[in-house]
Order: sequence, then C-alpha cells, then structure tokens
Amino acid sequence: MAVFRLKDAAHENRLFLTRLVTAAAFVVLLTVALTSRLTYLQILHHERYETLARDNRVKIAPLPPTRGLIYDRNGQVLAENVSVYSLEIVPEQVKDLDATIARLQAILDITPGEVARFKRQMRRLKGFESIPLKLRLSDVEVARFAVKRPFFHGVDIRARLVRHYPYKELVSHVVGYVGSINERELKRLDPAEYRGTTHIGKVGVEQAYESVLHGHTGYAEIETNARGRELRVLQEVRPRPGADLHLTLDIELQQIAHAGLGEHNGAVVALNPKSGEILALVSKPGFDPNAFVYGISLKDYRALQHSPDRPLFDRTLRGSYPPGSTIKPFIGLAGLNYGVTDAHRKLYCPGYFQLPGVQHRYRDWKEWGHGSVSLDDAIIQSCDVYFYDLARNLGIDRIHAFLSQLGFGTRTGIDLAGEKNGLLPSRQWKQHALHQPWYPGETVITGIGQGFLQVTPLQLAKATAILANHGKLVTPHVAAYQQYPQEAPIASDPQASSEALDLDRRHWQTVIDAMIAVIHGARGTAHRISRGLDYLMAGKTGTAQVFTVKQDEKYHAKEVKEKLRDHALFIAFAPADSPRIAVSVIAENAGHGGSEAAPIARDLIDRYLSKENLHAQISP
Amino acid sequence: MSTALPHQPAQARDLWQRVHIDPFLLLGLLVLSGMGLVILYSATGGNLSLIYKQLVRLGLAFGVMVGLAQIHPRALYRWSPFLFGGGVILLLTVLILGDIGKGAQRWLDLGVIRFQPSEFIKIFTPMMVARFLADHPLPPRPRTIALSGVWIGVPVLLIAKQPDLGTALLVASAGFAILFFAGISWRLLGGLALGAAAALPVIWSLLHQYQRDRILMFLNPEQDPLGRGYHTIQAKIAIGSGGWTGKGWLQGTQAQLEFLPEPHTDFIFAVLAEDFGLLGCIGLFLLYLAIIGRGLHMALVAQDTFSRLMCASLAFTFFVYMFVNIGMVIGILPVVGVPLPLVSYGGTSMVTLMAGFGIMMSLHTHRKLVPS
Repeated sequence: MAVFRLKDAAHENRLFLTRLVTAAAFVVLLTVALTSRLTYLQILHHERYETLARDNRVKIAPLPPTRGLIYDRNGQVLAENVSVYSLEIVPEQVKDLDATIARLQAILDITPGEVARFKRQMRRLKGFESIPLKLRLSDVEVARFAVKRPFFHGVDIRARLVRHYPYKELVSHVVGYVGSINERELKRLDPAEYRGTTHIGKVGVEQAYESVLHGHTGYAEIETNARGRELRVLQEVRPRPGADLHLTLDIELQQIAHAGLGEHNGAVVALNPKSGEILALVSKPGFDPNAFVYGISLKDYRALQHSPDRPLFDRTLRGSYPPGSTIKPFIGLAGLNYGVTDAHRKLYCPGYFQLPGVQHRYRDWKEWGHGSVSLDDAIIQSCDVYFYDLARNLGIDRIHAFLSQLGFGTRTGIDLAGEKNGLLPSRQWKQHALHQPWYPGETVITGIGQGFLQVTPLQLAKATAILANHGKLVTPHVAAYQQYPQEAPIASDPQASSEALDLDRRHWQTVIDAMIAVIHGARGTAHRISRGLDYLMAGKTGTAQVFTVKQDEKYHAKEVKEKLRDHALFIAFAPADSPRIAVSVIAENAGHGGSEAAPIARDLIDRYLSKENLHAQISP
Repeated sequence: MSTALPHQPAQARDLWQRVHIDPFLLLGLLVLSGMGLVILYSATGGNLSLIYKQLVRLGLAFGVMVGLAQIHPRALYRWSPFLFGGGVILLLTVLILGDIGKGAQRWLDLGVIRFQPSEFIKIFTPMMVARFLADHPLPPRPRTIALSGVWIGVPVLLIAKQPDLGTALLVASAGFAILFFAGISWRLLGGLALGAAAALPVIWSLLHQYQRDRILMFLNPEQDPLGRGYHTIQAKIAIGSGGWTGKGWLQGTQAQLEFLPEPHTDFIFAVLAEDFGLLGCIGLFLLYLAIIGRGLHMALVAQDTFSRLMCASLAFTFFVYMFVNIGMVIGILPVVGVPLPLVSYGGTSMVTLMAGFGIMMSLHTHRKLVPS
C-alpha cells in the first residue's frame, strides 16, 4: 500500500505547503483581476452602459442587400426587383400579437399561410425588426389600413423590394424562383448573412447561384429610446448588393420554342456546341414563378402538383424519354468505330427482323420494308431493321461502352441542380436492378432507342453537340458572367474541356452526311423542313413509343387516346460544316418526329443564325 | 486550521464522519446551487419548467456526490489506471463513430443515454496522474514527469480534436495543477509552459473554423456585430449597466428583453451582474473562494500523496472553470464553451463537478484521524 506511506515526509510536506500557498495566492490574484475588470465596466463606465441599456438601447439592425438581377444574353431582364407595399409588424411593439393579427384579418384578407410564414420568420429575426405579414397590398387595401392605422401600434405599411419574373412561365424552370426561407434552409445557412432577408433561391438559377445573387448583409447600430423609436444611427456598414447574373439564354429563342410546341407538352434544348452555352432550355408547360414569391396557397400548389401535365416538373433536366430513332446516328457511329459495319455494307430489309431460332418478329415502321439499305440509307429513311441487326452484332456491352462516352446515362454537368441520370442499360445494371440476365432481344430494341434506354432532353442535346463537334466534349451551362455593381465582370464559364473522343474523322463525316440528307435529301424523313433553307442542316427524326403495339396489331394514331400517342423527337445542328447551334426537341404525344418536332428546330435555328451578333461569343 | 469543528459536539462530528460528508463543503455547494437557481429564474424570464429540470439535475448531481463519498480511497487509487484507460478508449470511440451533432463529435449515443466521454476524463486524468506520482518519490524525476505529460497530453489532444476547446483546456489545467502541486521544479514548469505555447499552432490547426472565428473575434468583437460579436457586445452592456447594486432581481432589461443571447447557459453571469451589480458579483466570488478554500484545506490535512494531489487539483480545476467562464463573459478571455459551475443551465458538467467533490469528501472523511 504505497498510498498510505509517505517517503521523506518532512521534505514533502514543506514542498507541498509552499505550493498550496502559491496556488491560493494565484486564485486570489486572478479573482481580484476579475473584480477590477468588473469595477471598470460597472463603476467607471456604468453611465455609458446604463445609457445604452435603458434609455437609449442600441439596436443592431441588419441592412439586407438587394438581390442581383438576372438577364438573358441580350440584356433582357428575366428576374427583377419591384417595389411593393407590404404590411409589416414589429413584434416587440405589439402587446398581444394573436389579437392584433385577428383584428387585421377583420379589415384585410390575410391567409393562414401568410400568418404561418410570419411566425416562422419571427422565430428567426430579432424582436425589433420589421417583419412582413402580407406582401403586395393593393391600393384599396393600403387605403383601408391607412384609415385604421392609429389603432394598430407596431403595425405599418412599408415599401419592400420583391422579386418579379416578367416572362412568367417562359423561363420558370431554368430561372427558377425565390421563396420564403424554411426550417431546413435555416439549418444550412449562415444566420448573420440572412438577417433581414426573407427570401432565398429555391430552384433553377436562383438556387444554383444563390451565393452570387444574394450579396452581403450590412448593419446599422441605431440608438433608440425606451419605446423603440429610432433616434439616430451611430454607425453603419453598407450592404454589398448581389451580383447581376447574365445568362447564355436567349429569351427570343425561348419564346419560339415555347410557341412552336403549340398545344403539346415537351422540352426543347438548344446550345452552342463549341462553347456549351445553353441558348434555349424550355420545359412545357411551365408555371408562374411569381406565385411562389408571395407564398402560394396550398390549394394552388396542390393543383400544380397534381396536374396531369406536371407543370412543376423540369422536363429538360429530369424528364426521361426513350430516344427512339434519334439514337440511330450514335449507334451507327458505334458500328463504324468497332468495325462492325462500314459505309458500303448493304442489308436487305424485308420489313421485319428475326433473331435466329426465335419466332418473334421485330417490325420495321415501314410494313413492306426498305429493300436493300446501306448505313446512310438506314439513317436517311430511319430503317429499323438495319439497326436491329447492327445492335445485335455490336452487343449490349459495346453499345453501353460507346454511348456512355457520349454522355448518356450520366449527368451532363450543367450548372443547375436536380439533373437526372437517365438510363443507359447494361448487363450489370439489369442484374443489379432487376436481378435478371440480359436477353438478346433487349439488345435488338436498344438499337432503335426503345426498351430500357432513357435519355433526358439535355443529354440528347449534349450528344448532338459532341457529334457536331466531331467528338470534342462540351459541358452545357447557363451562366455567362456575373457583375457586381461598379466592378469588372467575372466570367462564370466552366473551363472549356479540350477532351475529345478518339474516332476516325471519316466516321463522323459518314454519319453527318447521312444526317444532312435526312433534311436535304428527297427521301429524308425531315425533308419537309428543307424548303427555303440557305444553309446546311443535319438532323435526325425520332418517334418514341409510349406503349407497346402488340404483335399483328396496327397502330392508328387517331384511335389511341392522346396520352398514349407516340412522342415526337428531333435532333439537329447547323450549319453542318461549322456548327453554331445544336438542338434537341421532344414533343410529347405529338405523333411523328419529322412532321411535329422538326419544324420547331428549324424555326429556332433560322432565327438564331439570322441574328448577326451571334457570331461572337457572349461577352460583357 | 484544525479538522475538528469549533463548538461542535464530538457526536455530530462522528456522524458526519460516518456518512462521509463534509458539512462545510456541502453547505457551500447548497448555497451556491440555490443562488444559481435564483439567477437562472431571472435568466429564463421566469420559466419554471426549466427550473424544475435544473432541480432534478441538481438532485442527481448531489446524489452522485454522496454516493462517491462512500467509496474508500483505496478503491479509487486502485481503479484509476483502468478508469483512465477505459475513458481514453471511449474518447477514441467517439472520434471514430460519435454521431455528429452541433458540428462537433462529442456524444456517444447508447440509445437510452447519450453521454460525453470527455466529461469522465476530466476526473480520470487527474486520478491517473495523481496515482502515478504517488507511486514515485517526490519531487518527481524527469522520466516520471515525461510519462505524466503523456497521460495528460493524450486525452487533451483527443478532446481538442473533437473539437471541444473548453473541456480540453480544463483537462490540461487539471493535469498541470497536479504536476505543480507534486512539486516539480519551477524551471521545468517554465519549460512545460513553453512547450504548451509551442503546441498552440498544432492545436490551432486542429480547431474548427468556428472556434478560430471565436478567438479572432475575441481580439476584435466589433468586426461581426450581427453574428458572433453580438454576444460579447450585449454581455458588456448588460454587465456595465448593473452598477454597484444592479437593477434588482428580474429587472435586467438586457436579459428580459432578449438582447442577451443564451442568457441561461454560458452567459448567465451577465444576468447576475445586471440584476445584482458589482456587489452581487463579489458575493458570488466570495462563495466560490470559500468552496475552493475548503478544498485546499482538505488537501493540506490529507495524509497521503494521492489524496493531497487529488483534492488540490480538483479544487483548482473548479477555480479554472469559474475563471474561464466569467473571463469570457466580461470580455478578457476568448469565448470557449465553459459553463459557470453550478449556475449555468445544463446537466453533464454539473454531475462531473459534483462527482469531483464526492471524491474529495471520500478522501477527506476516510482519513485515520491522527492528531496533528
């Protein structure tokens, strides 16, 4: 028991005693230090602090920054701030908040949603800050409140800057909208940076570029009297407004695409294949983003959510469609690349295709067949049998390997959130997802863009751009540059990649020549749109089955309910020899790609190429 | 000072001795807790449900203290290496799979109960070092000191990594205090201080950005008046406006009007200063000094090295707690998360503190009474 036996007790005791006394002295000394600091604060500077605390309390009021504007490539405003009258309450100055709100509801129309939003913001902001209860008062409402104002202490009408989207549903998905900050966002953001700010970007560019658009909050130290009346500003730090964001979009092209889709739902994507700048990004139907700024009512929101047309759904980034025949140029490239076919190989098309030893007939859209076709014939006339055969000879592994190089099955990397991957099927995927082996028949229909294969309109446009570039890869993006007031603009382009697919130049040309003949050749499936064209366009039509036509059944568009009718697809780029624009169009349930989707692309490309200023890149 | 209480019949003294409770310390802690409840009531704006919760925690903490006081020092001495080893393993576990809450990995969640292993280590580390030093002749030789440095350094670094700056500081100071009381030479003490100063850049690199911000903000609180500096500025206004005698209980506008952030946790001292003024603060200081003084007295009359070092270092750590908390509230130290002992709302640190006092009582009341 070493504990209870001391070694050299006398020496140890002496040593311990001195240390103990030193420690006690140290404790007393530091306590005296605390006391002297308290004396300094509470006695010497007492009056100053008492003044601050009681008679003239100092409020530190945030000065929220103004949000940056959003422009299209030609300087059209897509998102602006407009001044509206808003009914605001300073919670600290109101004795009975619930009673006050109830009295206000008697003279103005205030929804439960607005009350809930007010309470949510009240929890986050300081009691002396003015919090909006109802945004956007009409002149009548302003007048109605003005009469009763003396009876409402702590309630007032203020002018507030509120986000406004002049083009409404035309750019609703890509520009997105701001809405009031919710609980989940509160956990993420820096509370000091959002003091005094009520709205935050929710979707689209507004969300993706939130930190750029928001700016930095300033503050003012304000002396107030005991009743909260502001007396004077002691000092202030001005806020730094958010940057204006200039997009690569062209609102005119958005309008053309939107109008071109007519009564159909669908998606249109146009981009510059050289730079990856998105020129048009249309998802139809859209919605009015302004409704979200003021707090959309639950009823209206439910209506948007449950509408069969799915207006809130961004088809360009998230819509997954079978690509149909638009996949054929890429399958053709794969065939040339792996030496499975060449430009001269001919195949006889009897109107159907059969796997050896299998009864099932894979039909061509042309019942009596195309006769003897080579690769370019097969692309020009969109012969299914040729591609059934080519896909079978390639095999799913090589199809998967080649198409993934073109960006199918993965996100394009656009500077917006919420992109979907689409689906590029493979043996591994099927085993993993469905626990089934891969069947040869599934390879066959992949060759004509049916079966498991799913692409987003954006992926399709990107692949078209890579084709137009002879293999040079691009990353699509919508932001061109950002500009803080009185500062030099900052380009927000992603680094243009110098990566390219390693493929024989002649293969690209073979496929592109066939695509030119789709438009300009007498037998091309989109020949109708070539009238009056003064430049070369390359394209490919597609028709994607939404449901399967049973064996020995015919497909009569008229008899089929519209929701089950085929999607019409079209991809194109122009001018074919030095492409400046690449397009993908999907018109839902519109029937045939050549007649329904191709004209939209033609209008878009015409308008774009006729603008003189577009030979230049967008620059400040 | 003598251990016999003046004017106290021997019977009463025997009774205290038998239940292993030190009446002076108990009285001091009870008065302090009572004062704490009074301040807390004001800080929460008269929220009784919080007061009940705090009462339950106090009851639990006092229970832990009384329980630990019954354990014989011999057991404490024997078990310290195992407890320390277990504590370090728990710390590692927390680092590896602690669930990330509040941006810091501190908690171990056992489903039923969540606890912070770093709390236990506050007691286990000094126990370990005290036992280690008691096993060797005093003053300790360099090799003994170096090993003690390892016993202290490992948990401190693990806690700093979590990162829990306040706790790391407390454990470090407890270890440092033990070495000091064990009588290591002043020169070595200076060397250790230099070593600690040299370790500062290392610790700085371990810190999370928000802790660096706090330290930088302490140097210039006005730079972020909307966010982090707001605490410090408002606390100063609350304290300074208290004056000599304060505005009276529940009358402090800073706390009542919610100008002061977190008035019932780390910044509760500002509420006392505003309500009761400089005199109230001095009253609290005297109470703290009485408790610390009693602890140092226990160390003085202890009859073996282990008891001595434990009592002295636990008493000293209690002081560090108080000094760091008040220092940060009145703006002479950076804001680290250290509560005001037995006053701040919150349970974990309170239980640890009372456990420490329980150990002190055990050591003190199990002495063989040798007339000095």
